[in-house]
Amino acid sequence: MMETIEPSISDRPLKIAGKEFSNRFLLGTGKFKNKKDLQDAIAASGTQIVTVALRRIDLERHEENILEYIPKDVTLLINTSGARNAREAVAIAHLARDSGYGDWIKIEVINDSKYLLPDNEETVKATEILAKEGFTILPYMYPDLYTARALVKANAATVMPLGSLIGSHQGLQTREFIQILVDEIAVPIIVDAGLGAPSHAAEAMELGAAGVLANTAIASALHPAAIAKAFSLAVEGGRLAYLSKMAKSLPQANASSPLTGFLFEATENF
Amino acid sequence: MQINLNGRMKTVAGEINLKNLIEQFCLDTRHVIAQVNGSTIKNPQWKGHWLKTGDSVELIHFVGGG
Repeated sequence: MMETIEPSISDRPLKIAGKEFSNRFLLGTGKFKNKKDLQDAIAASGTQIVTVALRRIDLERHEENILEYIPKDVTLLINTSGARNAREAVAIAHLARDSGYGDWIKIEVINDSKYLLPDNEETVKATEILAKEGFTILPYMYPDLYTARALVKANAATVMPLGSLIGSHQGLQTREFIQILVDEIAVPIIVDAGLGAPSHAAEAMELGAAGVLANTAIASALHPAAIAKAFSLAVEGGRLAYLSKMAKSLPQANASSPLTGFLFEATENF
Repeated sequence: MQINLNGRMKTVAGEINLKNLIEQFCLDTRHVIAQVNGSTIKNPQWKGHWLKTGDSVELIHFVGGG
C-alpha cells in the first residue's frame, strides 16, 4: 500500500487571549436530547471550547447540572443569552464571574424575537465595559465592518459574525461580508450561527475564518457524535484548504488536460 | 417567613440561612449560584447569611446554550 504523505504546510494553533487551541471547532451545548449525547459530541469532535448559558434553577424539575458533563480541560465560554441590552449582558457576565467558572464571555444581545438578530450597538457597549474589567470577550454580531472595528477597538478577543439566522441551518448567507471581516479584521473571526452542515463549516474555514461554532445542527441530528465529528473534520479540511492558498473561482472554463497532441487530430498530408 | 424565591413567593418556617434554603430546594447544590436582593453570595458565606422576610433570592445554574 502506498504511504500517505502529510502536507508540508504547518498550522499555528488558534490563539485567543493567550490561550492556544489546536481544534478550531467550537460546540454549543444547547438542545441536546440528553447529557450522554452532549458528552459523546464533545469527545467525538475533540472540541476545546464549549458555550453554556446561565438560567434560574427550575425548582420543580430538579434538572441535572450541565457542568458535570463537560471535561475540565475544555474551556467554558459563558454566553449572555437572555440579555436584551448591554446592561443585562454586563449583569450576566458579572454573575458568570462570581460563579467562579471563568471570565470568558460570549456577548449575545438580542431584542428581536422573530429573527433573533444580535444588536450590534448594544454588543459594542457591553464589550467596552467588560473588556475594561478584564473579561475575555467573544462578541456575537451581525457581520458589519464598522461594528467589527469598534469591537476590536474595545478589545474584543475575537469577532463572531453570524452565518445566517440562529438555528436556521441556512449556511453562509453572509458569505461576502464575512470575507470582508476576514480580510480587514486583525482578531480571529469565528463564524457562529446558522451553519447546518459540515460543508457550511468547511466553506467558512476556506474563506479564512479562524474557527466555527455550531450547536443546533449537532444537537438535533439523530447521531450527534457522528455529526460533531463530521463538523470537526470539515473545519480541519477547510482550514487546510485555506492554508493551501487554493485557486479562486473563474468565470470561464479552463481545461485540466493539455490542449495539444490530441490522438484524433487531423494529420498533415502524407 | 415569606421570601421571593426565583420569582415565586415561598413560605419558610422560622429562621433560615441561605445554605439550608438551597439544600431544601435544590437536589444538587454543587455549581449553584445564589443572589440575595441582587448581590451574589458566594458558597462559603451561605451558612452565615440569614434570610429576612421579603428577601428576594435567585438560584441560578449553568444550562446548555449556544
